Amino acid sequence: MTTFDYLMQGFAVAADPMILLYALIGVTLGTAVGVLPGIGPALTVALLLPVTYGLDPAGSLIMFAGIYYGGMYGGSTTSILLNTPGESASIVTALEGNKMARKGRGGPALATAAIGSFVAGSIATLMLAFLAPQVVKLALVFGPREYFALMVLAFVTVSAAFGDSTRKGLVSLFLGLALAMVGIDSLTGQTRLSFGVPQLLDGIEVTTLAVAMFALGEALFIASQGDKAPETVQAIKGSVWMTREDWKRSWKPWLRGTAFGFPIGAMPAGGAEIGTFLSYATEKRLSRHPEEFGHGAIEGVAGPEAANNASAAGTLVPLLTLGLPTSATAAIMLAGFQQFGLQPGPLLFATNPELVWGLISSLLIANVMLVILNLPLIGLWVKLLTIPRHWLYAGILLFATLGTIGANPSPVELGMLMIFGVLGYGMRLYGYPIAPIVVGLILGPMAEQQLRRALAIAQGDVTTLVQSPVAAVLLAIAAVALILPLVLRARGKGNVLSQMAADED
Amino acid sequence: MTPPVAHATRRPDGAALVITAGLCALGAVLLWDAGRLPEATGYSGMGPADAPRLIGFGLIGLGIWTLIDGFRSEPEDPPHQHPMPVLWIVAGLGAQLVLLSTIGFSIGTGILFACTARAFGYRKLLMSFPIGVAFSLLVFGIFDGLLKLNLPGGPLETLIYGG
Repeated sequence: MTTFDYLMQGFAVAADPMILLYALIGVTLGTAVGVLPGIGPALTVALLLPVTYGLDPAGSLIMFAGIYYGGMYGGSTTSILLNTPGESASIVTALEGNKMARKGRGGPALATAAIGSFVAGSIATLMLAFLAPQVVKLALVFGPREYFALMVLAFVTVSAAFGDSTRKGLVSLFLGLALAMVGIDSLTGQTRLSFGVPQLLDGIEVTTLAVAMFALGEALFIASQGDKAPETVQAIKGSVWMTREDWKRSWKPWLRGTAFGFPIGAMPAGGAEIGTFLSYATEKRLSRHPEEFGHGAIEGVAGPEAANNASAAGTLVPLLTLGLPTSATAAIMLAGFQQFGLQPGPLLFATNPELVWGLISSLLIANVMLVILNLPLIGLWVKLLTIPRHWLYAGILLFATLGTIGANPSPVELGMLMIFGVLGYGMRLYGYPIAPIVVGLILGPMAEQQLRRALAIAQGDVTTLVQSPVAAVLLAIAAVALILPLVLRARGKGNVLSQMAADED
Repeated sequence: MTPPVAHATRRPDGAALVITAGLCALGAVLLWDAGRLPEATGYSGMGPADAPRLIGFGLIGLGIWTLIDGFRSEPEDPPHQHPMPVLWIVAGLGAQLVLLSTIGFSIGTGILFACTARAFGYRKLLMSFPIGVAFSLLVFGIFDGLLKLNLPGGPLETLIYGG
């Protein structure tokens, strides 16, 4: 069967009324939560994971994918109207979008962001559909050592390659790896680091860590800043619709943004930020109105927003085909799969094609729903921005603990939530990135297993790890990605890298 | 890269020392725990103790790196902190943790709700606590009833939603 047939099959799954309803609930919830200030897609996904606990796998994952895409749309609304980007990938959107809103062109800014997200999301999801089977074919020849090398590469790119300090990224990663060791060793059944506490035998839940880090850590950090004058929400004056001129200036940036975003998301290279920055720089260079940049240029909203959404779809390529999460959001989605005992990877395409292709088709449907939901109903979402901060965070903490209580209502689990929350606060305070600890926790045990399998196949010969060309090349890239930034920073050229910091999604 | 002269006499910042101590302590815990595991290495030559040992050494190494960085570079000044709001939230979480199993989800979470609102400057606890309880009850109804999440109920939940 060709990709086209598979997609048709997927649409047959996705067109089920219940599935459509789940997708609709997902995108609505995702937009509603994503639009709240200070909440990026990673936190949206982590907070809403418990909503899906009681459903069947297909419905739950499709709702979940809707939440992910919805969170991305919601985030752009916040950054345009409030100038507090909920996620680092929206920083650029805030740059030009908020300026446009201040000039009374908030409507067209939101429209170009929403339509750009739609165009980019649709193209990128189609690219995902066509690329995924190829990667799956490739992945079938991957053995344990290739997987191990791939995971090492993911560790390095998530933690050390970008951001302002290799050391801080690595500290965060190793904390995650240390937490990953808690529980029963899957190969020998030995209990590790559980200190006789039965609740620790199952290991540490990724969702507990993610919610604590993103929700509690953020809430504690914001609270500790004391009273600040609230940010002003820019009212939308005039029409939401874009003029002919706006369309003419937007469509090329949308396509270019997609071209930047998708490959960067699909590579195990971490966050969506890099694509948005590249897109912004390119639009600024190519624009016929370079003088408008910094004062509200529509290209500067259209391109980066498209790049942002395209790279979100891109991260699904390694996640679905290899089971490799390359961002915190993807790590939480992987946890979502695992709660149903599903392991994304080449096997899932063979054993559960309806699920995978239903998911991909639902993403296309979710995109259509989102653009419909976002443009006419924008006034409703803007209302959400005016919720007073104390109610907002009280509600966030309610939902943050709800997920943990729902999964495992034990004092030990809540205690961990609290400790990790304080840890997340401390890490935020001193500029340690959050994504590596989450990725370390979920990928750590997988990397260890692959390593031990690879060594067992080779009877304990460590050189086996570099004897396959694929593994050797991947490890070499990882080494370069680790060492090059260190050299650049030591020579005082680290600014570029810290601008590309991947700290949230 | 040579640091300016002024740095040579400067004390390292306290945060770096604390972080170093924390990382080394955690590394030591991993090494200690790895030490009591059997060396069941099988064919791979790598047993259950080896990965924790590697990570333990990694943490200690990163601790030392943090210490060196602390001596060499400018201390990082985090933005000015207000400790009270942080304590309010932590206290709310603690109260919920302790009380959850006895008084149920709604009242326990209502306390957390009120404490968090207090941390963000809303002082009228007599308003925020009932709002929190009512909101939690609603959430309990939706999640425990409709979405089949198993939340711990207490007297209040039994009263309203039945046993």
